Amino acid sequence: MAERTAVLGVGQTKYQTTRGDVSLPGLVREAAYRALEDAELDWNDIDAVVVGKAPDFFEGVMQPELYLAEALGAVGKPLLRVHTAGSVGGSTAVVAASLVQAGIHRRVLTLGFEKQSESNATWALSLPQPFSVSINAGAGGYFSPIIRQYMARTNAPELIGCMVAFKDRQHALRNPYAHLQQKDLTFDQVVESPMLWEPIRFSETCPSSDGACALVLGDEAAGDASTKPVAWLHGAALRSEANNFPGRDEVNPQASRDCADDVFAQAGITDRRGEIDEVEIYVPFSWYEPMWLESLGFCEIGDGWKLVEEGATHLDGGDLPVNCSGGVLSSNPIGASGMIRFAEAALQVRGMAGDHQVDGARKAFGHAYGGGAQYYAMWIVGSDKPTS
Amino acid sequence: MSADPRIPPAALSGEVSLPEQLADVEPVRSVRTPIRLEYDFIPGSASSGYLNAFADRKILGQRSPVDGAVFVPPRGVDPRHGAATPDYVELPDTGHVGGFCVTRLPIPGRDDLEIPYVSAWIHLDGADIGFLGLVAGIDTSEVRMGMRVRAVWKPDDELGRTAENILYWAPTGEPDIPVTAAGTNAWHAKQAAAGEQG
Repeated sequence: MAERTAVLGVGQTKYQTTRGDVSLPGLVREAAYRALEDAELDWNDIDAVVVGKAPDFFEGVMQPELYLAEALGAVGKPLLRVHTAGSVGGSTAVVAASLVQAGIHRRVLTLGFEKQSESNATWALSLPQPFSVSINAGAGGYFSPIIRQYMARTNAPELIGCMVAFKDRQHALRNPYAHLQQKDLTFDQVVESPMLWEPIRFSETCPSSDGACALVLGDEAAGDASTKPVAWLHGAALRSEANNFPGRDEVNPQASRDCADDVFAQAGITDRRGEIDEVEIYVPFSWYEPMWLESLGFCEIGDGWKLVEEGATHLDGGDLPVNCSGGVLSSNPIGASGMIRFAEAALQVRGMAGDHQVDGARKAFGHAYGGGAQYYAMWIVGSDKPTS
Repeated sequence: MSADPRIPPAALSGEVSLPEQLADVEPVRSVRTPIRLEYDFIPGSASSGYLNAFADRKILGQRSPVDGAVFVPPRGVDPRHGAATPDYVELPDTGHVGGFCVTRLPIPGRDDLEIPYVSAWIHLDGADIGFLGLVAGIDTSEVRMGMRVRAVWKPDDELGRTAENILYWAPTGEPDIPVTAAGTNAWHAKQAAAGEQG
Protein backbone atom coordinates (compact mmCIF):
# COMPACT_ATOMS: atom_id res chain seq x y z
CA MET A 1 0.00 0.00 0.00
CA ALA A 2 1.19 3.50 -0.78
CA GLU A 3 2.60 5.70 1.97
CA ARG A 4 0.10 8.40 3.00
CA THR A 5 1.29 11.77 1.70
CA ALA A 6 0.60 15.32 2.86
CA VAL A 7 1.14 18.84 1.55
CA LEU A 8 3.07 20.47 4.42
CA GLY A 9 3.75 23.86 2.88
CA VAL A 10 2.84 26.11 -0.03
CA GLY A 11 4.93 28.99 -1.39
CA GLN A 12 4.06 31.40 -4.17
CA THR A 13 5.57 34.53 -5.63
CA LYS A 14 3.40 37.46 -6.62
CA TYR A 15 2.45 36.81 -10.27
CA GLN A 16 3.08 39.79 -12.54
CA THR A 17 4.13 40.71 -16.08
CA THR A 18 7.77 41.30 -15.21
CA ARG A 19 9.73 40.38 -12.12
CA GLY A 20 12.62 42.60 -13.13
CA ASP A 21 13.99 42.71 -9.58
CA VAL A 22 14.98 39.03 -9.50
CA SER A 23 16.84 36.59 -11.74
CA LEU A 24 15.45 33.12 -12.48
CA PRO A 25 17.31 31.67 -9.44
CA GLY A 26 16.01 34.53 -7.30
CA LEU A 27 12.46 33.88 -8.46
CA VAL A 28 12.46 30.16 -7.71
CA ARG A 29 14.24 30.64 -4.39
CA GLU A 30 11.54 33.05 -3.25
CA ALA A 31 8.76 30.48 -3.82
CA ALA A 32 10.82 27.62 -2.33
CA TYR A 33 11.71 29.72 0.71
CA ARG A 34 8.06 30.59 1.34
CA ALA A 35 7.01 26.93 1.04
CA LEU A 36 9.65 25.92 3.60
CA GLU A 37 8.59 28.78 5.88
CA ASP A 38 4.94 27.67 5.63
CA ALA A 39 5.98 24.06 6.37
CA GLU A 40 8.15 25.27 9.28
CA LEU A 41 11.06 23.31 7.81
CA ASP A 42 14.62 24.06 6.71
CA TRP A 43 16.50 23.29 3.46
CA ASN A 44 18.25 20.47 5.33
CA ASP A 45 14.91 18.71 5.95
CA ILE A 46 14.40 18.18 2.20
CA ASP A 47 15.44 14.81 0.71
CA ALA A 48 14.86 15.53 -2.99
CA VAL A 49 13.72 18.27 -5.38
CA VAL A 50 11.39 17.88 -8.38
CA VAL A 51 10.97 20.82 -10.79
CA GLY A 52 8.92 21.56 -13.89
CA LYS A 53 8.66 24.33 -16.44
CA ALA A 54 7.54 24.83 -20.04
CA PRO A 55 9.90 23.62 -22.80
CA ASP A 56 13.43 25.09 -22.68
CA PHE A 57 13.00 27.19 -25.83
CA PHE A 58 10.60 29.55 -24.03
CA GLU A 59 13.38 31.34 -22.10
CA GLY A 60 16.12 29.86 -24.26
CA VAL A 61 17.95 28.31 -21.30
CA MET A 62 18.78 24.64 -21.75
CA GLN A 63 18.17 22.40 -18.73
CA PRO A 64 17.73 25.33 -16.31
CA GLU A 65 17.19 22.86 -13.46
CA LEU A 66 20.94 22.25 -13.45
CA TYR A 67 21.93 25.85 -12.85
CA LEU A 68 19.01 26.34 -10.42
CA ALA A 69 20.21 23.48 -8.19
CA GLU A 70 21.97 25.82 -5.78
CA ALA A 71 19.06 28.25 -5.56
CA LEU A 72 16.80 25.29 -4.72
CA GLY A 73 19.13 23.82 -2.12
CA ALA A 74 19.41 20.70 -4.26
CA VAL A 75 23.19 20.32 -4.42
CA GLY A 76 24.04 16.76 -3.43
CA LYS A 77 20.39 15.71 -3.50
CA PRO A 78 18.30 13.93 -6.14
CA LEU A 79 16.97 16.57 -8.58
CA LEU A 80 14.37 15.56 -11.15
CA ARG A 81 12.89 17.57 -14.04
CA VAL A 82 9.44 16.80 -15.46
CA HIS A 83 8.39 17.67 -19.05
CA THR A 84 4.70 17.71 -20.00
CA ALA A 85 4.22 21.11 -21.69
CA GLY A 86 1.51 23.29 -20.09
CA SER A 87 0.37 20.59 -17.67
CA VAL A 88 3.87 20.34 -16.25
CA GLY A 89 3.19 22.07 -12.92
CA GLY A 90 0.56 19.44 -12.14
CA SER A 91 2.59 16.49 -13.44
CA THR A 92 5.59 17.68 -11.42
CA ALA A 93 3.56 17.65 -8.20
CA VAL A 94 2.27 14.15 -9.02
CA VAL A 95 5.81 12.88 -9.66
CA ALA A 96 7.00 14.47 -6.39
CA ALA A 97 4.08 12.89 -4.53
CA SER A 98 4.90 9.48 -6.03
CA LEU A 99 8.40 9.65 -4.49
CA VAL A 100 6.78 9.99 -1.06
CA GLN A 101 3.96 7.50 -1.76
CA ALA A 102 6.55 4.94 -2.84
CA GLY A 103 8.50 5.41 0.39
CA ILE A 104 11.61 6.58 -1.46
CA HIS A 105 11.81 10.00 0.24
CA ARG A 106 10.26 11.45 3.41
CA ARG A 107 10.10 15.11 2.39
CA VAL A 108 10.23 16.44 -1.16
CA LEU A 109 10.36 20.04 -2.40
CA THR A 110 8.58 20.49 -5.73
CA LEU A 111 8.44 23.65 -7.79
CA GLY A 112 7.16 25.02 -11.10
CA PHE A 113 8.19 28.33 -12.66
CA GLU A 114 8.21 30.53 -15.73
CA LYS A 115 9.69 33.92 -16.52
CA GLN A 116 7.55 34.85 -19.52
CA SER A 117 9.09 38.35 -19.52
CA GLU A 118 12.35 36.71 -20.64
CA SER A 119 10.65 34.60 -23.30
CA ASN A 120 8.17 34.80 -26.18
CA ALA A 121 5.44 32.20 -25.80
CA THR A 122 3.64 32.95 -29.08
CA TRP A 123 6.92 32.56 -30.96
CA ALA A 124 7.71 29.36 -29.08
CA LEU A 125 4.26 27.93 -29.83
CA SER A 126 4.31 28.93 -33.50
CA LEU A 127 7.60 27.26 -34.52
CA PRO A 128 7.61 26.29 -38.20
CA GLN A 129 7.49 22.56 -38.86
CA PRO A 130 8.93 21.32 -42.16
CA PHE A 131 5.92 19.15 -43.02
CA SER A 132 3.29 21.82 -42.31
CA VAL A 133 2.40 25.38 -43.30
CA SER A 134 3.19 28.09 -40.71
CA ILE A 135 -0.18 29.62 -39.99
CA ASN A 136 -1.01 28.55 -36.44
CA ALA A 137 -1.04 31.47 -34.01
CA GLY A 138 0.15 30.05 -30.70
CA ALA A 139 -2.04 28.27 -28.16
CA GLY A 140 -5.11 30.37 -28.98
CA GLY A 141 -4.90 29.37 -32.62
CA TYR A 142 -4.74 25.73 -31.61
CA PHE A 143 -7.58 25.71 -29.07
CA SER A 144 -9.98 28.01 -30.91
CA PRO A 145 -11.19 25.29 -33.36
CA ILE A 146 -11.81 22.94 -30.43
CA ILE A 147 -13.84 25.58 -28.59
CA ARG A 148 -15.81 26.14 -31.80
CA GLN A 149 -16.59 22.41 -31.88
CA TYR A 150 -17.81 22.54 -28.28
CA MET A 151 -20.09 25.49 -29.07
CA ALA A 152 -21.49 23.65 -32.10
CA ARG A 153 -22.11 20.45 -30.13
CA THR A 154 -23.87 22.06 -27.19
CA ASN A 155 -25.51 25.16 -28.72
CA ALA A 156 -24.27 26.98 -25.62
CA PRO A 157 -25.18 30.69 -25.43
CA GLU A 158 -22.50 32.85 -27.05
CA LEU A 159 -21.48 34.74 -23.90
CA ILE A 160 -20.77 31.76 -21.61
CA GLY A 161 -17.04 32.25 -22.15
CA CYS A 162 -17.32 35.91 -21.16
CA MET A 163 -19.16 34.89 -17.98
CA VAL A 164 -16.28 32.57 -17.02
CA ALA A 165 -13.68 35.26 -17.71
CA PHE A 166 -15.56 37.88 -15.68
CA LYS A 167 -16.07 35.46 -12.78
CA ASP A 168 -12.37 34.48 -12.64
CA ARG A 169 -11.26 38.15 -12.73
CA GLN A 170 -13.63 38.87 -9.83
CA HIS A 171 -12.15 35.93 -7.91
CA ALA A 172 -8.64 37.25 -8.60
CA LEU A 173 -9.41 40.44 -6.67
CA ARG A 174 -9.60 38.26 -3.56
CA ASN A 175 -6.18 36.66 -4.14
CA PRO A 176 -3.22 38.98 -3.51
CA TYR A 177 -0.91 36.66 -5.52
CA ALA A 178 -3.05 36.88 -8.68
CA HIS A 179 -1.56 38.80 -11.60
CA LEU A 180 -4.63 40.55 -13.05
CA GLN A 181 -6.27 42.87 -10.52
CA GLN A 182 -8.98 44.54 -12.63
CA LYS A 183 -11.10 46.25 -9.99
CA ASP A 184 -13.11 48.34 -12.45
CA LEU A 185 -13.64 45.65 -15.09
CA THR A 186 -17.26 45.31 -16.22
CA PHE A 187 -18.95 42.38 -17.95
CA ASP A 188 -19.62 44.62 -20.96
CA GLN A 189 -15.90 45.37 -21.27
CA VAL A 190 -15.20 41.62 -21.42
CA VAL A 191 -17.82 41.19 -24.14
CA GLU A 192 -16.57 44.20 -26.11
CA SER A 193 -12.88 43.29 -25.98
CA PRO A 194 -11.44 42.46 -29.41
CA MET A 195 -11.54 38.99 -30.93
CA LEU A 196 -8.03 37.54 -31.17
CA TRP A 197 -8.64 33.95 -32.18
CA GLU A 198 -12.34 34.02 -33.00
CA PRO A 199 -14.37 32.85 -31.09
CA ILE A 200 -11.82 33.75 -28.33
CA ARG A 201 -11.74 37.37 -27.19
CA PHE A 202 -8.75 39.17 -25.65
CA SER A 203 -10.48 39.21 -22.24
CA GLU A 204 -11.11 35.46 -22.47
CA THR A 205 -7.41 34.62 -22.58
CA CYS A 206 -4.75 34.24 -19.89
CA PRO A 207 -2.06 36.88 -19.26
CA SER A 208 1.71 36.37 -19.61
CA SER A 209 3.19 36.14 -16.13
CA ASP A 210 6.45 35.73 -14.27
CA GLY A 211 6.22 33.55 -11.21
CA ALA A 212 6.99 30.39 -9.30
CA CYS A 213 5.01 28.08 -7.04
CA ALA A 214 6.45 25.52 -4.62
CA LEU A 215 5.10 22.74 -2.43
CA VAL A 216 6.69 20.77 0.38
CA LEU A 217 5.33 17.23 0.47
CA GLY A 218 5.86 14.83 3.34
CA ASP A 219 5.07 11.29 4.44
CA GLU A 220 2.50 10.36 7.09
CA ALA A 221 4.89 10.95 10.01
CA ALA A 222 5.79 14.38 8.64
CA GLY A 223 2.11 15.22 8.18
CA ASP A 224 1.30 14.11 11.72
CA ALA A 225 4.22 16.18 13.09
CA SER A 226 3.02 19.42 11.49
CA THR A 227 1.70 22.06 13.88
CA LYS A 228 -0.40 23.56 11.07
CA PRO A 229 -3.21 21.93 9.11
CA VAL A 230 -1.89 19.86 6.21
CA ALA A 231 -3.61 18.72 3.00
CA TRP A 232 -3.76 14.93 2.72
CA LEU A 233 -3.43 13.38 -0.71
CA HIS A 234 -6.49 11.26 -1.59
CA GLY A 235 -5.60 10.53 -5.20
CA ALA A 236 -3.15 11.50 -7.95
CA ALA A 237 -3.17 10.49 -11.61
CA LEU A 238 -1.50 11.18 -14.97
CA ARG A 239 -2.65 10.27 -18.51
CA SER A 240 -1.65 11.23 -22.04
CA GLU A 241 -2.67 10.58 -25.65
CA ALA A 242 -1.49 11.45 -29.17
CA ASN A 243 -2.70 14.83 -30.42
CA ASN A 244 -3.98 13.77 -33.85
CA PHE A 245 -5.48 10.39 -34.69
CA PRO A 246 -8.62 9.26 -36.54
CA GLY A 247 -11.77 9.92 -34.56
CA ARG A 248 -10.00 11.71 -31.72
CA ASP A 249 -12.48 13.52 -29.47
CA GLU A 250 -10.65 16.82 -29.11
CA VAL A 251 -13.38 18.41 -26.99
CA ASN A 252 -13.52 15.58 -24.47
CA PRO A 253 -10.33 13.54 -24.89
CA GLN A 254 -10.20 9.97 -23.63
CA ALA A 255 -7.02 10.68 -21.63
CA SER A 256 -8.92 13.37 -19.70
CA ARG A 257 -11.85 11.05 -18.93
CA ASP A 258 -9.56 8.16 -17.97
CA CYS A 259 -7.42 10.36 -15.71
CA ALA A 260 -10.53 11.70 -13.94
CA ASP A 261 -12.01 8.22 -13.47
CA ASP A 262 -8.72 7.06 -11.95
CA VAL A 263 -8.28 9.92 -9.50
CA PHE A 264 -11.92 9.90 -8.30
CA ALA A 265 -11.77 6.11 -7.84
CA GLN A 266 -8.58 6.46 -5.76
CA ALA A 267 -10.36 9.02 -3.56
CA GLY A 268 -13.47 6.83 -3.27
CA ILE A 269 -15.66 9.62 -4.64
CA THR A 270 -18.85 8.70 -6.47
CA ASP A 271 -20.78 12.00 -6.39
CA ARG A 272 -18.19 14.31 -7.92
CA ARG A 273 -20.17 17.54 -7.75
CA GLY A 274 -21.54 16.78 -4.29
CA GLU A 275 -18.34 15.61 -2.59
CA ILE A 276 -15.82 18.13 -3.97
CA ASP A 277 -15.92 21.53 -2.26
CA GLU A 278 -13.54 23.49 -4.49
CA VAL A 279 -12.19 22.92 -7.98
CA GLU A 280 -9.01 24.36 -9.48
CA ILE A 281 -9.01 23.51 -13.18
CA TYR A 282 -6.60 24.65 -15.85
CA VAL A 283 -8.60 27.20 -17.88
CA PRO A 284 -6.28 29.29 -20.11
CA PHE A 285 -9.21 30.16 -22.42
CA SER A 286 -12.58 30.82 -20.80
CA TRP A 287 -14.60 28.14 -22.62
CA TYR A 288 -12.40 25.43 -21.12
CA GLU A 289 -14.26 25.79 -17.80
CA PRO A 290 -17.54 24.25 -19.06
CA MET A 291 -15.63 21.86 -21.33
CA TRP A 292 -13.56 20.42 -18.48
CA LEU A 293 -16.50 20.36 -16.03
CA GLU A 294 -18.16 17.93 -18.46
CA SER A 295 -15.07 15.90 -19.23
CA LEU A 296 -14.22 15.58 -15.52
CA GLY A 297 -17.70 14.29 -14.74
CA PHE A 298 -18.85 17.19 -12.55
CA CYS A 299 -22.00 17.26 -14.73
CA GLU A 300 -23.57 15.48 -17.69
CA ILE A 301 -22.06 15.93 -21.16
CA GLY A 302 -23.53 19.08 -22.68
CA ASP A 303 -24.42 20.65 -19.31
CA GLY A 304 -21.15 22.39 -18.41
CA TRP A 305 -22.27 25.77 -19.73
CA LYS A 306 -25.43 25.54 -17.60
CA LEU A 307 -23.34 25.44 -14.41
CA VAL A 308 -21.61 28.61 -15.57
CA GLU A 309 -24.90 30.30 -16.45
CA GLU A 310 -26.48 29.37 -13.09
CA GLY A 311 -23.50 30.76 -11.17
CA ALA A 312 -22.76 27.31 -9.72
CA THR A 313 -19.02 27.88 -10.21
CA HIS A 314 -18.89 31.28 -8.46
CA LEU A 315 -17.26 31.60 -5.04
CA ASP A 316 -20.28 33.58 -3.85
CA GLY A 317 -23.27 31.27 -3.72
CA GLY A 318 -22.07 28.54 -6.08
CA ASP A 319 -22.24 24.90 -4.94
CA LEU A 320 -19.12 24.00 -7.00
CA PRO A 321 -16.78 27.02 -6.82
CA VAL A 322 -14.21 26.87 -9.64
CA ASN A 323 -10.87 28.70 -9.63
CA CYS A 324 -11.45 30.83 -6.52
CA SER A 325 -7.81 31.95 -6.92
CA GLY A 326 -8.65 33.62 -10.22
CA GLY A 327 -7.25 30.66 -12.13
CA VAL A 328 -4.98 30.59 -15.15
CA LEU A 329 -7.16 33.35 -16.67
CA SER A 330 -5.75 35.70 -14.00
CA SER A 331 -2.15 34.40 -13.62
CA ASN A 332 -0.15 32.35 -16.12
CA PRO A 333 3.50 31.68 -15.36
CA ILE A 334 3.15 28.61 -17.64
CA GLY A 335 5.39 26.08 -15.88
CA ALA A 336 3.92 27.06 -12.51
CA SER A 337 0.28 27.33 -13.62
CA GLY A 338 -0.54 23.65 -13.09
CA MET A 339 1.16 23.56 -9.70
CA ILE A 340 -0.73 26.69 -8.62
CA ARG A 341 -3.97 24.73 -9.23
CA PHE A 342 -2.69 21.91 -7.01
CA ALA A 343 -1.38 24.37 -4.40
CA GLU A 344 -4.64 26.31 -4.27
CA ALA A 345 -6.58 23.06 -3.78
CA ALA A 346 -4.27 22.32 -0.83
CA LEU A 347 -4.71 25.82 0.65
CA GLN A 348 -8.50 25.42 0.49
CA VAL A 349 -8.60 22.18 2.49
CA ARG A 350 -6.07 23.61 4.98
CA GLY A 351 -8.42 26.58 5.48
CA MET A 352 -5.58 28.93 4.44
CA ALA A 353 -6.96 30.48 1.24
CA GLY A 354 -7.63 33.85 2.84
CA ASP A 355 -10.26 36.02 1.16
CA HIS A 356 -10.96 33.39 -1.49
CA GLN A 357 -11.50 30.57 1.02
CA VAL A 358 -14.55 28.33 0.45
CA ASP A 359 -16.16 28.03 3.88
CA GLY A 360 -15.58 24.61 5.38
CA ALA A 361 -13.84 23.13 2.32
CA ARG A 362 -12.86 19.52 3.12
CA LYS A 363 -12.01 18.11 -0.31
CA ALA A 364 -10.60 19.95 -3.32
CA PHE A 365 -9.63 19.00 -6.87
CA GLY A 366 -6.51 20.22 -8.71
CA HIS A 367 -6.12 19.82 -12.48
CA ALA A 368 -3.73 20.65 -15.30
CA TYR A 369 -3.64 19.92 -19.03
CA GLY A 370 -1.06 20.59 -21.69
CA GLY A 371 0.24 20.09 -25.22
CA GLY A 372 -2.59 19.69 -27.73
CA ALA A 373 -4.98 18.94 -24.82
CA GLN A 374 -3.15 15.63 -24.56
CA TYR A 375 -1.32 15.57 -21.20
CA TYR A 376 -3.33 15.43 -17.96
CA ALA A 377 -2.44 15.67 -14.28
CA MET A 378 -4.99 15.62 -11.45
CA TRP A 379 -5.06 15.30 -7.71
CA ILE A 380 -7.59 15.32 -4.91
CA VAL A 381 -6.62 16.59 -1.47
CA GLY A 382 -8.58 16.55 1.77
CA SER A 383 -8.53 17.97 5.29
CA ASP A 384 -8.73 14.46 6.69
CA LYS A 385 -6.32 11.58 6.30
CA PRO A 386 -7.58 9.07 3.72
CA THR A 387 -9.02 5.95 5.35
CA SER A 388 -7.60 3.46 2.85
CA MET B 1 0.64 33.07 4.04
CA SER B 2 -0.60 36.35 5.45
CA ALA B 3 2.50 38.33 4.48
CA ASP B 4 2.33 40.78 1.56
CA PRO B 5 3.30 38.69 -1.50
CA ARG B 6 4.83 41.75 -3.17
CA ILE B 7 7.54 41.91 -0.51
CA PRO B 8 10.16 39.15 -0.75
CA PRO B 9 10.88 37.19 2.44
CA ALA B 10 13.23 39.09 4.74
CA ALA B 11 15.95 36.47 4.43
CA LEU B 12 16.06 37.02 0.65
CA SER B 13 15.99 40.80 0.58
CA GLY B 14 19.36 41.81 1.96
CA GLU B 15 21.15 45.03 0.94
CA VAL B 16 23.20 44.82 -2.25
CA SER B 17 26.29 47.02 -2.18
CA LEU B 18 28.17 48.01 -5.34
CA PRO B 19 31.93 48.50 -5.64
CA GLU B 20 32.78 52.21 -5.36
CA GLN B 21 33.89 52.56 -9.01
CA LEU B 22 30.33 51.55 -10.11
CA ALA B 23 28.55 53.95 -7.75
CA ASP B 24 27.57 56.47 -10.46
CA VAL B 25 26.80 53.96 -13.23
CA GLU B 26 23.20 53.59 -14.39
CA PRO B 27 21.98 50.15 -13.28
CA VAL B 28 21.40 47.59 -16.06
CA ARG B 29 18.06 45.80 -15.57
CA SER B 30 18.08 43.60 -18.64
CA VAL B 31 19.92 43.03 -21.92
CA ARG B 32 18.35 41.74 -25.13
CA THR B 33 20.73 39.51 -27.09
CA PRO B 34 19.14 38.04 -30.24
CA ILE B 35 20.52 34.59 -30.99
CA ARG B 36 20.23 32.42 -34.08
CA LEU B 37 20.76 28.78 -34.80
CA GLU B 38 21.16 27.40 -38.31
CA TYR B 39 20.67 23.73 -38.96
CA ASP B 40 19.96 21.22 -41.73
CA PHE B 41 16.74 19.27 -41.40
CA ILE B 42 16.93 15.66 -42.61
CA PRO B 43 13.39 14.30 -42.81
CA GLY B 44 12.72 10.64 -42.16
CA SER B 45 11.49 8.39 -44.95
CA ALA B 46 7.80 9.23 -44.47
CA SER B 47 8.33 13.00 -44.48
CA SER B 48 10.80 12.72 -47.41
CA GLY B 49 8.20 10.95 -49.52
CA TYR B 50 5.59 13.51 -48.56
CA LEU B 51 7.76 16.58 -49.23
CA ASN B 52 9.25 15.21 -52.49
CA ALA B 53 5.76 14.50 -53.86
CA PHE B 54 4.75 18.11 -53.26
CA ALA B 55 7.18 19.18 -56.00
CA ASP B 56 4.94 17.21 -58.44
CA ARG B 57 1.70 18.70 -57.01
CA LYS B 58 0.93 15.44 -55.27
CA ILE B 59 -0.25 14.91 -51.70
CA LEU B 60 0.83 11.60 -50.19
CA GLY B 61 -0.59 9.92 -47.11
CA GLN B 62 0.13 6.56 -45.52
CA ARG B 63 -2.31 3.77 -44.73
CA SER B 64 -2.52 1.89 -41.45
CA PRO B 65 -1.95 -1.83 -42.03
CA VAL B 66 -4.26 -2.52 -39.06
CA ASP B 67 -7.54 -0.80 -39.94
CA GLY B 68 -6.85 1.10 -43.16
CA ALA B 69 -6.94 4.60 -41.64
CA VAL B 70 -5.07 7.09 -43.86
CA PHE B 71 -2.71 9.60 -42.24
CA VAL B 72 -1.64 12.90 -43.81
CA PRO B 73 1.01 14.17 -43.37
CA PRO B 74 2.44 10.66 -43.05
CA ARG B 75 4.76 10.13 -40.06
CA GLY B 76 5.65 6.49 -40.72
CA VAL B 77 3.52 5.17 -37.89
CA ASP B 78 -0.08 4.62 -36.82
CA PRO B 79 0.06 6.07 -33.29
CA ARG B 80 -3.02 4.12 -32.12
CA HIS B 81 -1.60 0.69 -32.88
CA GLY B 82 2.14 1.37 -32.81
CA ALA B 83 2.26 -0.08 -36.33
CA ALA B 84 4.65 1.02 -39.11
CA THR B 85 2.87 2.49 -42.16
CA PRO B 86 5.13 1.72 -45.16
CA ASP B 87 2.41 2.06 -47.85
CA TYR B 88 1.83 5.46 -49.44
CA VAL B 89 -1.57 6.56 -50.74
CA GLU B 90 -1.97 9.40 -53.23
CA LEU B 91 -4.73 11.75 -52.09
CA PRO B 92 -6.81 14.26 -54.09
CA ASP B 93 -6.42 17.98 -53.42
CA THR B 94 -10.06 18.26 -52.35
CA GLY B 95 -11.65 17.89 -48.93
CA HIS B 96 -13.58 19.77 -46.28
CA VAL B 97 -12.99 22.17 -43.40
CA GLY B 98 -13.05 20.62 -39.92
CA GLY B 99 -12.34 22.89 -36.96
CA PHE B 100 -11.05 26.37 -37.80
CA CYS B 101 -9.88 29.62 -36.21
CA VAL B 102 -10.36 33.18 -37.45
CA THR B 103 -7.03 34.73 -36.42
CA ARG B 104 -6.96 38.47 -35.85
CA LEU B 105 -3.39 38.97 -34.67
CA PRO B 106 -0.08 38.72 -36.54
CA ILE B 107 2.18 35.71 -35.99
CA PRO B 108 5.99 35.71 -35.98
CA GLY B 109 7.53 35.02 -39.38
CA ARG B 110 4.33 35.48 -41.43
CA ASP B 111 4.14 39.21 -42.09
CA ASP B 112 2.61 38.34 -45.47
CA LEU B 113 -0.63 37.02 -43.93
CA GLU B 114 -3.42 39.57 -44.10
CA ILE B 115 -5.48 39.80 -40.92
CA PRO B 116 -8.03 38.37 -40.32
CA TYR B 117 -7.20 35.00 -41.83
CA VAL B 118 -8.64 31.51 -41.34
CA SER B 119 -6.41 28.62 -40.28
CA ALA B 120 -8.31 25.35 -40.56
CA TRP B 121 -7.98 21.61 -40.18
CA ILE B 122 -8.39 20.39 -43.76
CA HIS B 123 -9.77 16.85 -44.01
CA LEU B 124 -8.83 15.54 -47.47
CA ASP B 125 -11.15 13.16 -49.27
CA GLY B 126 -9.80 9.70 -48.46
CA ALA B 127 -7.76 10.81 -45.41
CA ASP B 128 -8.74 10.06 -41.81
CA ILE B 129 -6.97 12.89 -39.96
CA GLY B 130 -6.87 16.60 -40.73
CA PHE B 131 -3.87 18.82 -41.45
CA LEU B 132 -3.45 22.59 -41.19
CA GLY B 133 -4.28 24.85 -44.10
CA LEU B 134 -5.14 28.47 -44.87
CA VAL B 135 -8.71 29.03 -46.11
CA ALA B 136 -9.16 32.01 -48.45
CA GLY B 137 -11.19 33.14 -51.43
CA ILE B 138 -14.19 33.66 -49.14
CA ASP B 139 -15.15 36.16 -46.45
CA THR B 140 -13.93 34.89 -43.06
CA SER B 141 -17.47 35.12 -41.65
CA GLU B 142 -18.68 32.67 -44.34
CA VAL B 143 -16.31 29.81 -43.42
CA ARG B 144 -18.12 26.78 -41.95
CA MET B 145 -17.27 23.39 -40.47
CA GLY B 146 -18.06 20.91 -43.25
CA MET B 147 -17.44 23.40 -46.10
CA ARG B 148 -15.99 21.71 -49.25
CA VAL B 149 -12.62 23.08 -50.41
CA ARG B 150 -9.99 22.58 -53.12
CA ALA B 151 -6.27 23.45 -53.04
CA VAL B 152 -4.99 26.53 -54.86
CA TRP B 153 -1.37 25.75 -55.85
CA LYS B 154 1.61 27.94 -56.58
CA PRO B 155 2.54 28.24 -60.29
CA ASP B 156 4.56 25.26 -61.62
CA ASP B 157 7.84 27.20 -61.77
CA GLU B 158 7.57 28.08 -58.06
CA LEU B 159 6.92 24.56 -56.74
CA GLY B 160 9.33 23.20 -54.16
CA ARG B 161 9.53 20.25 -51.78
CA THR B 162 7.28 21.92 -49.26
CA ALA B 163 3.72 22.07 -47.95
CA GLU B 164 3.88 25.81 -48.73
CA ASN B 165 3.20 24.84 -52.38
CA ILE B 166 -0.48 25.06 -51.51
CA LEU B 167 -1.20 28.77 -51.24
CA TYR B 168 -4.61 28.25 -49.67
CA TRP B 169 -7.82 26.24 -49.81
CA ALA B 170 -10.78 27.78 -51.63
CA PRO B 171 -14.45 26.80 -51.42
CA THR B 172 -15.68 24.54 -54.25
CA GLY B 173 -19.29 25.62 -53.94
CA GLU B 174 -20.47 22.02 -53.44
CA PRO B 175 -22.99 21.33 -50.64
CA ASP B 176 -21.47 21.17 -47.13
CA ILE B 177 -20.79 17.90 -45.34
CA PRO B 178 -23.07 17.65 -42.26
CA VAL B 179 -21.22 18.84 -39.14
CA THR B 180 -21.90 15.45 -37.52
CA ALA B 181 -19.78 13.81 -40.23
CA ALA B 182 -17.16 16.57 -40.57
CA GLY B 183 -13.67 16.94 -39.10
CA THR B 184 -12.90 14.53 -36.26
CA ASN B 185 -16.47 13.18 -36.53
CA ALA B 186 -15.72 11.87 -40.03
CA TRP B 187 -13.97 8.72 -38.82
CA HIS B 188 -16.89 7.69 -36.59
CA ALA B 189 -19.41 8.47 -39.36
CA LYS B 190 -17.37 6.29 -41.75
CA GLN B 191 -17.19 3.42 -39.24
CA ALA B 192 -20.95 3.63 -38.63
CA ALA B 193 -21.66 3.60 -42.39
CA ALA B 194 -19.36 0.60 -42.89
CA GLY B 195 -21.13 -1.17 -40.02
CA GLU B 196 -24.53 -0.66 -41.66
CA GLN B 197 -23.26 -2.03 -44.97
CA GLY B 198 -21.48 -4.99 -43.39
